[in-house]
Formats: sequence, C-alpha cells, structure tokens
Amino acid sequence: MYRLTTRTRAGTATAIAALVLVVAGLALPAIASRGVIQDLFFILTMLTLAQIWNLLAGYGGLVSVGQQAFVGLGAYAMFAGVILLGWNPVWAIPLGGLAALVLAVPTAFFAFRLQGAYFAIGTWVIAEVTRLLVAQWKTLGGGTGTSLPREATSNIVGTDMIRTLFSVREAAARDILAYWLALVLVVAVTGGIYWLLRSRLGLALAAVRDNVEAARSVGVDAGRIKWAVFLIAAAATGLTGALIFMQTARISPDAAFAVTDWTAYVIFIVVIGGIGTIEGPILGVIVFFVLRSALADYGSWYLMTLGLIAITVMLFAPKGLWGLISARSGLHLFPVRRKLVGLKIEGGNG
Amino acid sequence: MIWLDTLVQGILLGGLYALFAAGLSLVFGIMRLVNLAHGDLIVFAAYLVLMGVTMLGLSPWIAALVAMPLMFGLGWLLQTVVLNRVLGKDILPPLLVTFGLSVALQNGLLEAFSADSRRIPAGSLEGASLNLGLVTVGVMPLLTFASAIAVIVALNGLFYHTALGRAFRATSDDAVTAGLMGIEPKRIFAMATGIAMVVVTIAALYLGMRSNFDPSIGPARLIYAFEAVIIGGLGSLWGTLAGGVIIGVAQTFGASVNPEWQILAGHIAFLIVMLLKPRGLFPRAVD
Amino acid sequence: MLLRTRNLTANYGQFRALFGVDIAVAAGECVAIIGANGAGKSTLMRSITGVIRNGADMVLHRGEPIGALSSAEVMQRGIAMVPEGRRLFPSLTVEENLLIGGQVRKAPGPWNLEAIYDLFPILRERRKNPGTALSGGQQQMVAIGRALMSNPELLLCDEISLGLAPVVIRDIYAALPKIRAGGAAIVVVEQDIGKALAVADRVYCMMEGRVTLVANAADVTRQQIHAAYFGEAA
Repeated sequence: MYRLTTRTRAGTATAIAALVLVVAGLALPAIASRGVIQDLFFILTMLTLAQIWNLLAGYGGLVSVGQQAFVGLGAYAMFAGVILLGWNPVWAIPLGGLAALVLAVPTAFFAFRLQGAYFAIGTWVIAEVTRLLVAQWKTLGGGTGTSLPREATSNIVGTDMIRTLFSVREAAARDILAYWLALVLVVAVTGGIYWLLRSRLGLALAAVRDNVEAARSVGVDAGRIKWAVFLIAAAATGLTGALIFMQTARISPDAAFAVTDWTAYVIFIVVIGGIGTIEGPILGVIVFFVLRSALADYGSWYLMTLGLIAITVMLFAPKGLWGLISARSGLHLFPVRRKLVGLKIEGGNG
Repeated sequence: MIWLDTLVQGILLGGLYALFAAGLSLVFGIMRLVNLAHGDLIVFAAYLVLMGVTMLGLSPWIAALVAMPLMFGLGWLLQTVVLNRVLGKDILPPLLVTFGLSVALQNGLLEAFSADSRRIPAGSLEGASLNLGLVTVGVMPLLTFASAIAVIVALNGLFYHTALGRAFRATSDDAVTAGLMGIEPKRIFAMATGIAMVVVTIAALYLGMRSNFDPSIGPARLIYAFEAVIIGGLGSLWGTLAGGVIIGVAQTFGASVNPEWQILAGHIAFLIVMLLKPRGLFPRAVD
Repeated sequence: MLLRTRNLTANYGQFRALFGVDIAVAAGECVAIIGANGAGKSTLMRSITGVIRNGADMVLHRGEPIGALSSAEVMQRGIAMVPEGRRLFPSLTVEENLLIGGQVRKAPGPWNLEAIYDLFPILRERRKNPGTALSGGQQQMVAIGRALMSNPELLLCDEISLGLAPVVIRDIYAALPKIRAGGAAIVVVEQDIGKALAVADRVYCMMEGRVTLVANAADVTRQQIHAAYFGEAA
C-alpha cells in the first residue's frame, strides 16, 4: 500500500516552530516597546502582501503591478464603514476585503484579456483609475484624504482590555491590537496559501503554470483557476490594506494607492527572498527590513539600491536567496511537493 | 466652435503619446519584451537634453541630437548586459528586471536632480501659435505631431525597406531560424533597443519643452504609451498613432469638462476600447 | 576534411539523443544520412549548426573546433541549413526570404537572386508573395534558395521531401546535382532511402542515436541497409 504525502521532517519541525513563534508573538507586547511593536506590524503586513503577491505571480503566473488598487480600496472601504456607517474600525476591516473582492471582478475581466506582460500594465491602469475615482470621493476627503474621527479611534473593540492588560496608553493599545490582527492575518494568509498549494487547486495551479494546454487536456480549467487565485488574492490584499490604514488612522489617495509602497516593495521582497516559495517572502521581508533600517537615512539611495539588488538577484540567482539556500541544503520548510510513501500493511509483522 | 478646438488639441496631444509609445511598440514587436522602465528612460533622456542645454549652452535641438547617440549606446548596453540574459519563455524575469530598473532610475534621478520640476527652455517657440482659420494651434504641439509622423514613417521605412529591418522582422518571426541565416538575435535585440532609445530621446525633447517634468512622472508616461500601443493593436505603428490620438482626445475632452478628469478620461477611453476590441483597432494578422 | 563530428553526444535535458556520432564530409561531396523517425538525424543537424550547443571539439570545420559556436557563427563559416519544416519567415516576401539568406554572409560563388530564380522559375513569379502563402513544395524551394544565397561550402538539407507529393519531390531532387555543380558539398537527411541513395556518394545510416552503417552509395546492399535501419541481423 502506498499513499501520497507532502509531509517531511523539516515540514513538521516548521509547524512546531511556527506554533511557538505565534504564541510568543502574541505574548510579546508584554515586554516589547511600542516602537518594536510598530516595526513588527510593518514587517507582518508587508509579509502578508508579499505572500499574496507570491501566490499570484510565483504560483499563478499572474504578474500584477496593480495590487495597490486593492490595498487602497480596502483601506478606503474601511474608512467608509467607520465614517459613513459609524462602524467600529475592527468590524469595518472585513468591509475592506469585500470591497477589494468586488473591484477584483471587473479588474480580472479587463486584465485577463491582456496577455503576459501586458497583463502587468493592465492591472496598473486599473489601479490608477481606482485611485483617480476615489480621489473624487469628497466625503472621504477627496484628493487630500482624511483621518479616522477621534470618537472612532478612541473606542476600538478590544483596546480597553489591552490597556488594562498591559497598562499602556490608548494609542499604544491601538498599535498592539493592530499588531495582533496583523499576526493573525499573516498566519491565516500563509497557512491558507500553504493549504491551497497542497490541495487539488495547488496541483491544478502547478499544472497550469507548466503547460496550459496539457492542463486543459486533463480537465483543469486554467481560466477558472486564474480567476479563483486573483479573487482570493484581491480579498486578502484588501483586508491587509484596511488593517494597515486602521493603524495609521489617516488616509489619502496617494498613500493608499502608492505603487512604491504596496507593489514595488512587495515585488522586491518576493524577488530577493525567492519567488515561487513560501520561505522566500519570509526571508525577503527580513532582508528588506534590515536594508531599510540600515539605509533609512539615505532617502532615495535606499530605493535605488533595492531596485539594483532586485535586478542583480534576477540576473544571477533567479530563485532568490531562499533558492540559493535550498539548492545547497535541500531544505524545504513548507514542503508542497508530493512524495510516494510506502505504508506497512496493518496486521503484518511490522 | 470650442469643441473643434478641443478636438484639435487632443489630436495633437496624441502625437506626443505616439512618440512615447513608438519605442515601446518597436521593442515589443521584435522581442516580445515589455520594458516597464520605458517611461523613466524618457524622463532620463529629458534630463540628458536639459543638461546639454543648461551646462553646454546648446539649443534643445542640438542637445537632443547629441543625446541620441548616447541614448542609443545606453539602450544597446542595457540590452546586451542585462535584458538579453533574462529574455526567454518565462515573462517574469524581464518584467521584474525592468521594474527594478524603473525604481532604480527614478530614485537615481531624484538623487541627482532633486524633486523640483524642470523644463527644457524652447525659446521663442514656447508660446508661438498658428492661426488656421477655424482654430488656433500651438507651434510646439504641431511640431510634436509632425515629429511623431516623421518617426513612424522613418521606422516603417527602416522596417520594410532596409536589410536591418528585414533582419528585425525575421528575428521577430523566428529567432532560431534567423540564427541559421547568420543573424545573431541578441545583436539584433541590442540594435532594436538602441533605436528605441533614439525615439525615446525625441519623445523626451518634446516632453521637456512642452511641460514641466520631474523624476516621478515616468510611470504615467509608460501607462499612456502602453495604452496607445494596445489600442492601436500590437505591431502596428500607425495603429499606435491612432491609439495615442484617442487617449489625447479623451484627455482634452475630459479636461474641458473638469480639469481633474483629464487623466481619468484617457484611462476610461482605453478601457472602453479594450471592452469592444480586445485585440486593438488594427491587430496584426500574424502574432 | 570539410566537416567532421567526433564522438558527438547531445542531450535534451535528461534525455540523451546522440551517443558518440562520428561523420565526415569532404569538400564537394554529397552525403546522405538515413534512418527512421527518432534515429537522431535532426538532432545531428541541430548540433552541427549550433542550434544545440556542444563541446567545442565535437564538431570540426576544416579541423577547427566549432561545436560551441552559435548558429550564426557556424553559418558565417559557410555551413548553411535548410531546416526541417522549411521555417520560412512569415513576415517576409519570397524575395526577402531569399535575400536574408545572403545578407550576413555573401561569399563569391554562383548563387544570387537570378540564379535561384533560374533554378526554381516558379519563385520568380511568386517573389512578391508572403513566403507562407506558397504551396509546400514552393516553400521548400524558397528554403533551399535561401540557404544557397550565401554561397555556402556545405549545404545541410533536413528532410526536404517530408510531406511533399512525389512529383514535387522529383523536382526538388533534380536541383541537387545543379547545386553540387556549383561547388557546394551537400548533406541530405532523409527517410526516403531510394531518393537519398540516388544522389549521394556515401551514406550514413543512424539508429537510436548511433551510426550503424557507413558505406559507399554505389556498393551498399539492401540487406545492409535493412539491418542498419531496423537493427535486425542481416
């Protein structure tokens, strides 16, 4: 008897380590300063966006340069929920995911008409259109943007509990809440992608990436899979965008739809870390953060360096840093490859 | 007759967008490469021309002539050293490399020239206009449009009536068989990118003389160029001009209703064409 | 020796297609390479012309190693190829397809546009047509003419009769002696043994990536070929 499995020893070790890390991460605000929490919030949200983009481009072959559309719209939908509907910001976050999902339908409809590289710029056009339209939304501040009202930020669900738990001020409590939500989101997104890749959809995705025609001949509908991946990615990106701007509590079209922040950085994280792996973005976000901290005082030199590093990586190590590590060591922390394993027959001598 | 005036302004603006797009179209047509740094390269060339004018005291036209071989060399080098190594079946590497280049170039320019907006001084041409009876048009927009037509005629001549153009078309059809004819595809690609950069320099000259520019405006020019190429249909330079004109007219009409709608109207025109004619207005039979 | 392969191996990824092939072509000679589908004939042609790159010493041109050169470099040394499936350029007219063959390398010799049109008169009538608007046989004539335009020392013809009607094949094969008379050595890769033997001085038979028979075309027997072609004992 044989069965197919993706389980490896490294995979199991990763699962245990991840569990320990998450528990430690949840408890961290008890000892960490507010600055550390803010940095971690930034790292976790960037990692979430990177994992999502990696799902799109690395696994789905959909190189979108327009993910800022979903970040921005998600954030604006959250603001709309708070300002126009009077919702608590935390409950308005899912509204961000929903709005991004709704936008993803016409976006996919247009962008999927464009082949290959033109798909990338097509998504960018949609993001620009969305930004320009949102800038016309006068109740949410038009082109200059707006802030979350004081009464909304002062009684966000859960902050009272955090204030008493860690005896911190209201603003710090809001950061801790956002950090926790980011931690939950990154675990959910990474875990969700990992689960997705190991599911039937993951197999179909691999088949489509390798050869669309062949995949179709064995009954995989490439079009439907692309739609599914694109919609899932959009919704998750919208949630992340809503969360990011709940933490900053201030929004403007230029910030919410920034191609540099929500797409360029994200692409660099994935490329430098290693595209097409779950480990890559994790490694990439660490490199990204270290570079950012080291070069923070050098302004645009920092972005220039990042761009040049990405080019260098693409030229000399197209599978990124994780690709180098994994090629040397054979290590896969998130095994998605199926292996055939022999099972001992029940009742035998084994 | 205000609408006629708007229409003419829009058509002439389309000439500028066609200039932005011609280089993009050329490179895509020959090697199926979309250069995401195209807009930033236009801005880079504009600074190059500006330096010729301010530091060497040249007239903008002479400065552009000096910049052309430099830009050709840059394109040739870019293709040989970087892009040829990532061209292949997978579209991801060239996209990511040119995206990295776009960001690097933008921030390099920011570091070198600051975020202040600049303009290439065009002397007496700047405000000059021509009365054509029904409408009055600026000399500069008219020159831009004429240059766009000249560039397209020249590129088409190169493509269809020279040995180099023959090699371009053959390599675009089938690079392996072109190799069997003694043609080195990578050298052809380098030549094509070099020529695209010469066109970029012409586009940059008019961009810089007509309006202010700063290091951040590249991506928007890329998007206009891209829209013009797609509307026209891949591989047709006259189609690209038509695409540019459609974007330009949509923008001027949008702006005449509400200045904030100028850019939006251009994008919406693009989306409408995409909806009605997914392969563009003048698609090439063979692709 | 004009062209020689020495212990030539070639792989497609994990799959090995050639196992140490040695062939030799002298100047002015006509050599046939026969073998069943999948014997490695086309792979051999692609290895010689640099479409597949090999170890430099595996292919020698006048004693110089050319195995690692690009196809453009190989062609510029005077080795022209009529590729399998003809592979005309669809964006080029018939005349442009011919011109591009002699665009990079144009050695002195008998072949130019006029000479090609005299060899295949139908092409003169069709010279303004797109190459791919022609019939299969006419396309094959363009492909041969295109390769001749550079006045090569060696003309490699890969499966030039494949998919064509017998009467068309006869016309195309009738051109080969005229091409030889122009001074070029010829290698014809064929599945049609009769056609190959009729034009060739020497014949190589290949099977499963190896040369199984080398013989003079005039002396070789049917039994020998049968054995080499199908791998059965004669």
